[in-house]
Amino acid sequence: MVKLPIYMDNHATTPVDPRVVVAMLPYFTEKFGNAASRNHSFGWEAEEAVDKARNQIATLINAKPKEIIFTSGATESDNLAIKGVLEFYKDKGNHIVTCVTEHKAVLDSCRALERAGRATVTYLPVDRYGMVNPDDVRRAITDKTVLITIMYANNEIGTIHPIAEIGRIAKEKGVIFHCDAVQAVGKIPVDVERDGIDLLSLSAHKIYGPKGVGALYVRSKGPRVRITAQMDGGGHERGMRSGTLNVAGIVGLGKACEIARAEMRDEAVRLTQLRNKLQAGIFERLDDVFLNGHPTERLPGNLNLSFAYVEGESLLMGISDVAVSSGSACTSATLEPSYVIRALGTDDELAHSSIRFGLGRFNSEEEVDYVTDRVCSEVKRLRDMSPLYEMAKEGIDLKSVNWKTD
Amino acid sequence: MAYSSKVIDHYTNPRNVGSFPKNEANVGTGVVGAPECGDVMKLQLKINPENGIIEDARFKTFGCGSAIASSSYVTELVKGKRIEEAIAIKNTSIVKELNLPPVKIHCSVLAEDAIKAAIADWRKRREQASAVVEKKAEEA
Repeated sequence: MVKLPIYMDNHATTPVDPRVVVAMLPYFTEKFGNAASRNHSFGWEAEEAVDKARNQIATLINAKPKEIIFTSGATESDNLAIKGVLEFYKDKGNHIVTCVTEHKAVLDSCRALERAGRATVTYLPVDRYGMVNPDDVRRAITDKTVLITIMYANNEIGTIHPIAEIGRIAKEKGVIFHCDAVQAVGKIPVDVERDGIDLLSLSAHKIYGPKGVGALYVRSKGPRVRITAQMDGGGHERGMRSGTLNVAGIVGLGKACEIARAEMRDEAVRLTQLRNKLQAGIFERLDDVFLNGHPTERLPGNLNLSFAYVEGESLLMGISDVAVSSGSACTSATLEPSYVIRALGTDDELAHSSIRFGLGRFNSEEEVDYVTDRVCSEVKRLRDMSPLYEMAKEGIDLKSVNWKTD
Repeated sequence: MAYSSKVIDHYTNPRNVGSFPKNEANVGTGVVGAPECGDVMKLQLKINPENGIIEDARFKTFGCGSAIASSSYVTELVKGKRIEEAIAIKNTSIVKELNLPPVKIHCSVLAEDAIKAAIADWRKRREQASAVVEKKAEEA
């Protein structure tokens, strides 16, 4: 018997791995020192722990420890990278190349700079699988371009962008390349050297670490990347991010990276198998289901499906003992369906019908079987209740209907 | 956001789901909303032409749990009411009954619109039917 409720929303956040908790615990109580205290053992102890974590994180992404800047999470890392580069290199240029399916932390940082008159931004489209075309990146670069910011893998549809190719273009054109790699780090191999990444955002809570801590990788050589700090204060983190370090959180992030490095390969195989089983099980039993995102170039644990004729939030409600998420407008504060799914050129109706399954380290095959059953029976129930399903079965083309929307 | 117990009840055990046979006499059908907006409600009312009383109702809804609950509740609400009473139903009474939060008020508006659309359709079909009867009488 499976234990309910089932958590299958691991792109939103992940539980902290018990091994991470164990590593963190001493740093709340007996090892509580401030890593910036230079004159006593409490401070040294904390600094040592932070250095170890810096090393663990750097190793995972093939960086040098001193290139890791600790932040409060990926939103801060994205803000710091984008605003920090634009400010530092303002005499060189003011143009950013990004893409429409980026996380809000990137898009809204770009918009804020546009509004302030500090940047012009090119938002590249994606193909029907959610992938950006490197040739589009190349074409978008002007002599004013100072930053390319493209995510490693998308948080909704799991599509993995051709990052190494974009990295090569950035090098060739002499443009700094920032990559929001929150969903990719610890899930698939990320290598800042191989991929030509100059700035990289990552977060602990997506890789079985604690919330409230993340990091920004800042390349120190070839080229040395400079950013202007966005937080004024004590000049921590080599002047790039002031604020007393969250030592326990940083220890947790480090441990999470160490575990990910050791287990990523096997975990990716296992999650891909579970994901494929979930996908096959649903497609076998239901018609009119559509895959959102790339069929092969996608994160191991990601499955994003649109169940035609069924509104996403109502489906979430029907499978209330399973935690997943939806691109439906009803689940967002804005009453707009997912901008990521819409960017694929999908009909709005299918965006409203999308469900994101995010499999993670602690999901089991029994849970996948249970979720398959629950989803299929609930979709059938809701379709029996759906006027759209009835019309489609009668052979009515839903696009030809003149809907009254006033 | 947590759902009210009444929304959950209607969502889990929707009342009067289904469709009356197509073109059945005395049935008015209202379809409101649009798929791209994430809500489509189809409400059917069976109305006695003698006294204008709504004798039965059916619904099918594509939409969130609150949209399904609003339409389910409306089928219960209109049954036994006269046309004039049903037309006078305001969305606010649906909001109140189901404890809908502000972001779900549009679901109740849609349900109110569905009642009006179904009654308008019934009236239109009645007029067409009587026009046919008159035409036949003239021809005879």
